[in-house]
Amino acid sequence: MLKRPSITRGVPRAVNVYTPILVLGLLAFGFAAFSVILATFTGPKRYNRAKVDAYECGIEATPQPMGGGRFPVKYYLTAMMFIIFDIELVFLYPWAVAADQLEVFGLVAIVLFLVNLAVPYIYEWRRGGLEWD
Amino acid sequence: MTEPGIFSLLWVLIALPLAGAAILLFGGRRTDRWGPYLGVLTVCTSAVIGVLMLLGLMALPAEERSITQTVYSWIAVGSLQVDFALQLDQLSMVFVLLITIVGALIHIYSLGYMAHDPDRRKFFGYLNLFVAAMLLLVLANNYLLLYVGWEGVGLASYLLIGFWQYKPSAAAAAKKAFIINRVGDVGLSLAIMLIFVTFGSVTFGEVFGQVGEASEGTLTAIGLLLLLAAAGKSAQFPLQAWLLDAMEGPTPVSALIHAATMVTAGVYLIVRSHVIFDAAVWAATAVVVVGLITIFMGAIIGSAKDDIKKSLAGSTMSQIGYMVFAAGLGPIGYIFAIFHLLTHGVFKAGLFLGAGSVMHGMNDDVNMRRYGTLKGLMVITFVTFMAGYLAIIGIPPFAGFWSKDEIIHAAFERNALIGVATILAAGITGFYMTRMIAMTFFGKARWEEGVHPHESPKVMTIPLIILAIGSTLLGMALLFWGNIESWLEPVTGFASEPTPFPTWVYIVVTLIVVIIGAIIGWVMYARRPVPIEAPRGSWLTRAARKDLYGDAVNDALVVRPSFALSKALTIFDARGVDGFVNGLAGSVGAISGRLRRTQTGFARSYALSMVGGALLVALALVLVQS
Amino acid sequence: MEFISPELDYAALAPMIVVGVAAIISVLVEAFAPRSVRRFLQLVLVFTTLIGALVLVVLNSGMRVLTGGQSIALDGPAWIMQGTILILAILGGLLMAEGGVDPSGDAFAPRASALPGSEDERQFTIRGYLQTEVWPFLLFAVLGMMLFVASNDLLMMFIALEVMSLPLYLLAGMARRRRLLSQEAALKYFLLGAFSSAFFLFGAALIYGYSGSIAFGPISFAITTKAGENTLLLIGIAMLLVGLFFKIGAVPFHQWTPDVYQGAPTPVTGMMAATVKVAAFGALMRLLYVAFGGVRWDWEILLWIVAILSMLVGSIIAISQSDIKRMLAYSSIAQAGFILVGVVAASPQGLASVLFYLIAYGFTTIGAFAVISLVRNASGEATSIRDWAGLGKKSPLIAAIFSVFMLSLAGIPLTGGFIGKWGVFAAGVAAGDAWLVIVAVIASVIAAFFYVRVIVLMYFADPTPDTAAVVIPSGFTTVSLAAGATLTIALGIVPQPILDIIANAGVFIR
Repeated sequence: MLKRPSITRGVPRAVNVYTPILVLGLLAFGFAAFSVILATFTGPKRYNRAKVDAYECGIEATPQPMGGGRFPVKYYLTAMMFIIFDIELVFLYPWAVAADQLEVFGLVAIVLFLVNLAVPYIYEWRRGGLEWD
Repeated sequence: MTEPGIFSLLWVLIALPLAGAAILLFGGRRTDRWGPYLGVLTVCTSAVIGVLMLLGLMALPAEERSITQTVYSWIAVGSLQVDFALQLDQLSMVFVLLITIVGALIHIYSLGYMAHDPDRRKFFGYLNLFVAAMLLLVLANNYLLLYVGWEGVGLASYLLIGFWQYKPSAAAAAKKAFIINRVGDVGLSLAIMLIFVTFGSVTFGEVFGQVGEASEGTLTAIGLLLLLAAAGKSAQFPLQAWLLDAMEGPTPVSALIHAATMVTAGVYLIVRSHVIFDAAVWAATAVVVVGLITIFMGAIIGSAKDDIKKSLAGSTMSQIGYMVFAAGLGPIGYIFAIFHLLTHGVFKAGLFLGAGSVMHGMNDDVNMRRYGTLKGLMVITFVTFMAGYLAIIGIPPFAGFWSKDEIIHAAFERNALIGVATILAAGITGFYMTRMIAMTFFGKARWEEGVHPHESPKVMTIPLIILAIGSTLLGMALLFWGNIESWLEPVTGFASEPTPFPTWVYIVVTLIVVIIGAIIGWVMYARRPVPIEAPRGSWLTRAARKDLYGDAVNDALVVRPSFALSKALTIFDARGVDGFVNGLAGSVGAISGRLRRTQTGFARSYALSMVGGALLVALALVLVQS
Repeated sequence: MEFISPELDYAALAPMIVVGVAAIISVLVEAFAPRSVRRFLQLVLVFTTLIGALVLVVLNSGMRVLTGGQSIALDGPAWIMQGTILILAILGGLLMAEGGVDPSGDAFAPRASALPGSEDERQFTIRGYLQTEVWPFLLFAVLGMMLFVASNDLLMMFIALEVMSLPLYLLAGMARRRRLLSQEAALKYFLLGAFSSAFFLFGAALIYGYSGSIAFGPISFAITTKAGENTLLLIGIAMLLVGLFFKIGAVPFHQWTPDVYQGAPTPVTGMMAATVKVAAFGALMRLLYVAFGGVRWDWEILLWIVAILSMLVGSIIAISQSDIKRMLAYSSIAQAGFILVGVVAASPQGLASVLFYLIAYGFTTIGAFAVISLVRNASGEATSIRDWAGLGKKSPLIAAIFSVFMLSLAGIPLTGGFIGKWGVFAAGVAAGDAWLVIVAVIASVIAAFFYVRVIVLMYFADPTPDTAAVVIPSGFTTVSLAAGATLTIALGIVPQPILDIIANAGVFIR
């Protein structure tokens, strides 16, 4: 008579499957909390204007326009462009891995995908999104 | 059977006034000049067709007197098959005649009454719309189509009550009528659903054929829901409050819609569905109780009002109470409910038009305390009003005597106690109607300054005369010449039960009670001077003047709570969750800073309530899993 | 790992492909066409596309196919909903194209990026700039909706949800007048919409965890074969439903509705209110019936609760609203509750009645918002209900048409709304949900109150100095309004043709 594996006894299977994820989550949370708390105790505190800025990047991230100026959206446009190319690359990798199995269909699909991503890029270029000033 | 000869015109009966309404309402000002005459013409033509159909129907043997005309297939989805089909039988025939003939007379009268109104084209358009909808109601061969007519008459009534929209009271009355009627409509729509689920059809013939297969509980539920619907439309307790306010509409409207036809739709509904009530004893009993309560409520209100139209409206409630009551008695009562409905339709229309004629001569004053001794100045109005008066209190040989006497007799067949109650109510009728004629036509003149009473033009008095002749003769005509009992019997069934005394005893007792009531009214209001300012009166008078607190009850039980709930929910909806959370936090401390924050960040509070909702949804699913 | 190229039925997908390609071309028009011809080109492109796609849907309507590896189901109900969405989008597009009502242009901000009230904005207005990007947004949103009602797996449904929603978030923020209100509405809509999408995605993950698949067929199979512990499944269903309840605006996920309805440009509100309802209910029913039909008894009670809450909260709050767009927003919440009564029935009759209801509701809603876009005073649309007093005297025709819409929403006979309400209620009773129907009938009485209140105000009140005036629109709005009014009445008097089409469509394929 075979002995049943003890790991499943009395414990719902689903919980077992997710236990490592739970542990990983707890570890991540613990590490973050640990770092923050440690920093507040050990780090030097010398505040200046640049330090209290959001992101400490030296430029006001969301400047308040005085007397009704335009809201600078240049960073936003840059970020959008990053997304266009970033997403492109992210999807190119898995396609490249399975390109031989997906055959012509995959090739056409990825080309269409690239064309689709090119469209917003063209739009941004034509409407002056690439000019910094 | 299909539609031979004249009966192929069944749809025309409805289409004519409907076309009239469409032309008048969409035609704009260019129809102003001839529009009212077109409105009169369509209804008169319908009346002529109606009479021809009556002759056609009488020529047929009794068992073939039911004609169905399918106009087209309206809704057909799955098991639900509803045709746009009309059905003419003995019951709908008498209604068609009442609606078209009384309707035609009132249209003619309105030519004179509304002669100076700038919007009279619209008025005739609405009246035509009403006639079309009412005909659809009584000619429908299924409940769903009946519901269409039911809502249609409600809409027309609502438009006409609010016709003089510059009066805030008229607009308020219109809205009130609509809302209270919607409560009744809930009953009707639920009843139709239940009928459909129980019988798999909403066509009268198929439903009534299968009543035996349904359980008594279901039938009782259907019956009670139908009663709720009838109570809404026919201003029966507890949905009676709108009818008195509905008198804000022009007088011809009060005569046609709020006396003769629309308010009797509830009675029609009950009698049409009599097969259901026959099988549901408790529902029928509820009908009797509602009818009896309303008989007295209406009579008491009618006795206390100084406004001639509101007093007549109270009387209408009371008389419809008689009809509903009779319809609840079962096979011994259905025919007499319809009989009384017909005579009442004629004499009450006459009384209302007479009141309108009086008002016309008195600069539209409605307060009877400022009338008096008009009998010599408005001879035709006086004489015709007296015909209606004698008819409603039930003096032989006037119309109301025959029909009311039959109801009282039927009541005794069922139960002596309710029989006595109906006789008592007849006495109150004698009192308030005598009070009305005494204050209006007799006594001393108490007119306002600048009022010069005068007789109305012929276009108004001729309908009065015709209706007065009807008030005098219709009872006898229907009973002896028209043989109404055997006419309606194939539709409603008929049964007679023995009573302890011979018939003449009831007649004599009723007459004595009525005459006592009339004498009290005469002594109080004709022999003694009537003060122009109403005296304070007993508690019952004061309550009756306030419609027996119908409004106050509605207001306290329905209107104010729903508005408060709506406001409260709005506040909670906008900032409830935030407020709740911050309230919790606020009680801990830092109140001022937190409270300021309740005004901002709504999106956050919405998101929070979404989380709450998501948790509830998840919990609901997990906890109730089967 | 082995990858297999999916089989695509291009004929069946043609309507969506047409709309998708046109949307991309529409972006290119924005990129290359000079400003002076953009509006004209976009209008030609958009309406040709929508009408062409509609023709393709009609031609395809006999097909019953599962394509793209079971991820897209093009069956009878899908064709009906795609067709409805396209027709409603055409009518909504006509409203968006209206340029003759506002003295300074169309309903949209001349440059959505200009700061409200700034000098730049003034300049753009004077120069008569138009934000023609609304047209690609419309096409993308329509594409998303068409895909939404045809999605047969959770991932496809999520993508459709996002393709549908993102353009709508943007459109909501583009009103020409009262721009701050509009932008606030758009931001709220976006934040909460993203939030609800997250719930949906989380639910999809849990369902994948439970069943090992995202396609509806295998999920349904897993439900029928797996016994025992199903907490994971139920929480997954709950999370998916949160995402969809948000889109249909059901209580307690409704709070965005009044703000967005009020803030968004009125043509967009009308288009969105009509089409999103169709799309979201289509997706909801497919999800519940096809994937989760096996646990009907578990989600039924939840739908009961949400339906009752939506009907009562929507109807009751609408009573005290003073802004007509907010009132219609609460009305739409209540209507969502009424439609849910038909969804709960979970029968072919229920499905048919919901489809009819959605069609009737869509036409009525577009028409109602078309009227609102015409009733204006000096500062733009007069959305305060008080300003509508006496409109029946000043503009009898418009007031009469609006009354028809109100009566239809209230479910008065001889309007499409009546047949729709009767259908869902009858389906509810037939499915044994009598108590739910009783609540629904009572709620519809409460609802009648505020619909009628507007009619009373228009007809039974005298015009005041504040009473708004009705602007005579150009052909665009006139066509849309006339179509809405005609169909609302026609659906009440001769509903049979539509009922036949729905009956022929049958049920969802699996």
